[in-house]
Amino acid sequence: MSPINYVYLAALLFTIGASGVLVRRNAIVVFMSIELMLNAANLTLVAFSRMHGNLDGQVMAFFVMVVAAAEVVVGLAIIVMLYRSRHSASVDDASLMKL
Amino acid sequence: MSALGSAGAVPSLWMVAEGEKLKAPDIEFSQLSPTLIVLGVAALGIVLEAFLPRRSRYGAQVFVSLLGLAAAFAAVVALAATGSGGTKAQIAGMGAIAVDGPALFLQGTILLVAIVSVFIFAERRLEPSAPGAQVDSFAAQPASVPGGEGEREATKAGWTTTEVFPLLLFAVGGMLLFPAANDLLTLFIALEVFSLPLYLLCALARRRRLLSQEAAVKYFLLGAFSSAFLLFGTALLYGYAGTVNYSGIARVISNADATTDPVLAQTMGNDALLLIGGALVIMGLLFKVGAVPFHMWTPDVYQGAPTPVTGFMAAATKVAAFGALLRLLYVVLPGLRWDWRPVMWGVAILTMLAGALVAITQTDIKRLLAYSSIAHAGFLLAGVIATSEDGVSSVLFYLAAYSFVTLGAFAVVTLVRDAGGEATHLSKWAGLGRRSPLLAAVFAVFLLAFAGIPLTSGFAGKFAVFKAAAEGGAGPLVVVGVIASAIAAFFYLRVIVLMFFSEPQADGPSVAVPSVMTTSAIAVGVIVTIVLGVAPQYFLDLAGQAGVFVR
Repeated sequence: MSPINYVYLAALLFTIGASGVLVRRNAIVVFMSIELMLNAANLTLVAFSRMHGNLDGQVMAFFVMVVAAAEVVVGLAIIVMLYRSRHSASVDDASLMKL
Repeated sequence: MSALGSAGAVPSLWMVAEGEKLKAPDIEFSQLSPTLIVLGVAALGIVLEAFLPRRSRYGAQVFVSLLGLAAAFAAVVALAATGSGGTKAQIAGMGAIAVDGPALFLQGTILLVAIVSVFIFAERRLEPSAPGAQVDSFAAQPASVPGGEGEREATKAGWTTTEVFPLLLFAVGGMLLFPAANDLLTLFIALEVFSLPLYLLCALARRRRLLSQEAAVKYFLLGAFSSAFLLFGTALLYGYAGTVNYSGIARVISNADATTDPVLAQTMGNDALLLIGGALVIMGLLFKVGAVPFHMWTPDVYQGAPTPVTGFMAAATKVAAFGALLRLLYVVLPGLRWDWRPVMWGVAILTMLAGALVAITQTDIKRLLAYSSIAHAGFLLAGVIATSEDGVSSVLFYLAAYSFVTLGAFAVVTLVRDAGGEATHLSKWAGLGRRSPLLAAVFAVFLLAFAGIPLTSGFAGKFAVFKAAAEGGAGPLVVVGVIASAIAAFFYLRVIVLMFFSEPQADGPSVAVPSVMTTSAIAVGVIVTIVLGVAPQYFLDLAGQAGVFVR
């Protein structure tokens, strides 16, 4: 199978992730959708790496995994902190600053 | 790695014959020393945090941070003095990092901003002190629930979050890398390295912790969302060009090398990859810059974050992000300029007008400054659109001028306080000029600089940017910019009128007497504002010499 099909799949995953961020209300689920977008980018990188026959894309995928892990640490810390002070992780409830 | 790419069959790429040695990369440590020093000192700060007793951490952290930032600034000056900014500009770290004029100029600016920010972070006179311990404006124990038992105990014990200094240094390290990144991978890593500490710093306010936590969640979710877009754009550009190196992509776009590679010929023919990829990467950068329509996070985050962090973020993030945007548009995508210029025209016009118009309706001084920063992002974009050497150097000058005004303005905001902490509502600022003429006069200087009144740095910066834009064929943009400046001048002057010509309220705020730290930070802001306004020529020349990118 041509590796370009993986790019189409990745574009689909990225779109699902982006719409998840926009429509879901729970901060954890929003965050999971963002992770899906990062993984879609990873799949694209690996597929193009295979197509072009160089390793840049695969190396980048490793970097992205490490960055995603670091982002999980920071993100979950912030979301858990919000949950502990409000007993809700809904992004709609966090609206103290609305005009 | 890209040299390997042309080697025949795919499997040979990840197999090495027995006995064959892998070649280690060459790293030019002296060229990279500013970033390395800052990140090294940040790691040292973590170690200090782990091993020093609580009472001696504050002094050690402040000392080490200032020393590290000063050493990094000295390294930048040494590099510039030996010609790395001009004739000897080069690409270091195996093509990952450019050491050239714009990079060094912006790194120097970011480091100076960071030094002043450490002073504002370290201020301990403003909050009422616990017995035996003075505290700063960061939470006693960020992990404790606001209003809970843990918070009460930590506050009573006089604890402070000294981790803010290593976090600040990590953010600065990423920001130093950001405008110097010379491939898309480094760009993404630098973006994350400076964003993640900023998300945390936003959540650490001592007062109004719910607001602060909310700001951190919003900043984090939207920031991660935008960096995912940037990463996907990176992946598409890699698919288009088969490399993530800036000059490599630029060569493929301009079709300079006749390719014999059938795959590359196929992906190069696919303009969708290039256009969508470029648009997504630019979108990620415009988010960090705070340009309309990617500005939604700015007012909430600026309002909720602790004010010292807001000042640092408003000044340094803008410098770093505009540096990266300039390099991307001028080095990677100059071949696409007929495609991105119309889009950036629209973004710049929207940003200038929306920032200035919405700022009029604001009633909170931090939100007002946030919208003003959006409007200023629009003025800077006008300089970016000029696509000339003058455009680059005028943006560099504007960034240096603007960042010190912003830092000074937010430092003043930390001083106007009432029983609930900082009094940020505009009605509380009424009559401040009668109660505390000096502070109000200083703030008026900053507001006049924001408005771009002659004899302040804001005028020199705006003039340089608009001149470059007009010469670069963006005349209508300059007209819109002048109109937006006039609208913006209205609400800056309204605050000045409020401070000097209205009656003070009976329950108005008091002006805290800061220690020498905040005083010197504000003094630096005023001095830079006036010097760059009265005698800008030396600094314009400096920025002019730094206006050429290496590729």
